[in-house]
Amino acid sequence: MRAENEEYILEMLGKGAREHEREHMQYREIKIQTNTIPHAEGSATVDIGNTKVLVGVKLAVGAPLPDKPDEGALVTGAELLPLASAEYETGPPSPEAIEFARVVDRGIRAAEVVDLDALFIEKDKVWTTFVDIYVLNYDGNLFDAATLASTTALLGARMPKYEDGNVIREGNLGRLKTKGSVTSCTFAKVGKNVLLDPNGNEERIMSARLTIANDQDVVKAMQKGLRGSFSYKELTDLVDATFDKSKQLRDMVNKAVGE
Amino acid sequence: MGGGKNKPELIVDGKRTDGRAFDELRPIKIEAGVLKNAEGSAYLEWGNNKVLAAVYGPKEAQPKHIADPDRAIIKCRYQMAPFSSLEEHNRSGPNRRAIEISKVTKEVFENVILLDNFPGSEIDIFVEVLQSDGGTRAAGITAAAVAVASSGIPMRDIPYAVSAGKAGDQIILDLNKIEDNYSDADMPVAIAPRNNDILLLQMDGSLSKEQVSKAMEMIQKAGETVTKLQRDALEARYR
Repeated sequence: MRAENEEYILEMLGKGAREHEREHMQYREIKIQTNTIPHAEGSATVDIGNTKVLVGVKLAVGAPLPDKPDEGALVTGAELLPLASAEYETGPPSPEAIEFARVVDRGIRAAEVVDLDALFIEKDKVWTTFVDIYVLNYDGNLFDAATLASTTALLGARMPKYEDGNVIREGNLGRLKTKGSVTSCTFAKVGKNVLLDPNGNEERIMSARLTIANDQDVVKAMQKGLRGSFSYKELTDLVDATFDKSKQLRDMVNKAVGE
Repeated sequence: MGGGKNKPELIVDGKRTDGRAFDELRPIKIEAGVLKNAEGSAYLEWGNNKVLAAVYGPKEAQPKHIADPDRAIIKCRYQMAPFSSLEEHNRSGPNRRAIEISKVTKEVFENVILLDNFPGSEIDIFVEVLQSDGGTRAAGITAAAVAVASSGIPMRDIPYAVSAGKAGDQIILDLNKIEDNYSDADMPVAIAPRNNDILLLQMDGSLSKEQVSKAMEMIQKAGETVTKLQRDALEARYR
């Protein structure tokens, strides 16, 4: 898929400029709204420019994974909804959607955002946390929007009660027990340029993508995508950039969940 | 990668569970051209991993609407056999993990194969993991690279893949299954050795910036060994 204004973007990059007068390492405006779906145990809607992603968190009682009998489970799914872009189609999840969900999942899991030990109920019975990512409008950089929304939704989620075989989802509930926090920074390679937070036009012409998820101390997950490549130097520079840029993201999450 | 309550010690007296040094690869054997019908193929043993890779094409892209008039498209399927693991029987067919690995493997070969030479065509790459013991995506990419090279499809380089990870505070190379299950980080990487371009990079766990660099350097060093084994396999077949 070629961007209509591919030449225009490349011409601007040649002069060191980007659409909407952005710097190479600058995010678009980011908005985080919490509890946008009050029926869900946790939820958040994140806008990055015109990209809009909703994440809903539900908890359900089920059997533990066979190899993890004494901890809860985490299941992350992503839907690239047809209403989000003329390029998305109905049907089973595409490899792109599966990769997207799995990369967000790895960040949340590695950062131990959900305390899975606390989700054990009794023998053969644990809570499963479902993180469902709904892409509502596509304009690039779904990874960072979804990681922001997932972290925010989980940090603010209610913890249902399990009493006498019944799940109680209303009333006086505590919070889902969490341990860590994670955000991600995604970079696109367009020609020889590396751009933080690519928009849809930039993603259509990028040769490679790199997502780095971290907390304040360490890298928690990485994923390179597409046919292009990064050099070792680019990788280490982008790890540095991620530690720098993620401060603003963490501040926004903390503010949204009231910490 | 992961915790678990009964986490075994991965490093005892400075050695790993299988006696390897921190930066030591498992034994690797590669044979090129093992399947008669395929245009190119390779069989690879990497520790206890046993992997077959085969390449078909270039041929007319099917269905027609997916053809690219400017270049070849690549289809890739990575799959683990139901009997491949020491644990439970795996359901056959692609699961979400296999679909993701197929996608990132495909992207490695989109980088190195000269796709412009074959407009309107498809090239099929199949990776079958017959026995698995950790690091199967790296083994699969390394085998597939030999399979593509043996098919004669022009490539600008023969990529290799190796994974590194972390046990405690120690960066270790080429994690086996037990290490993979209980490590503190796992980072598979595929590289084009001529210019050291990073073609595949995944990671999860916890790594500091310095540890990412240490792991990359270990992988690139090991790449010299893997690259030589790939070239030796091709030479042995076609000399």
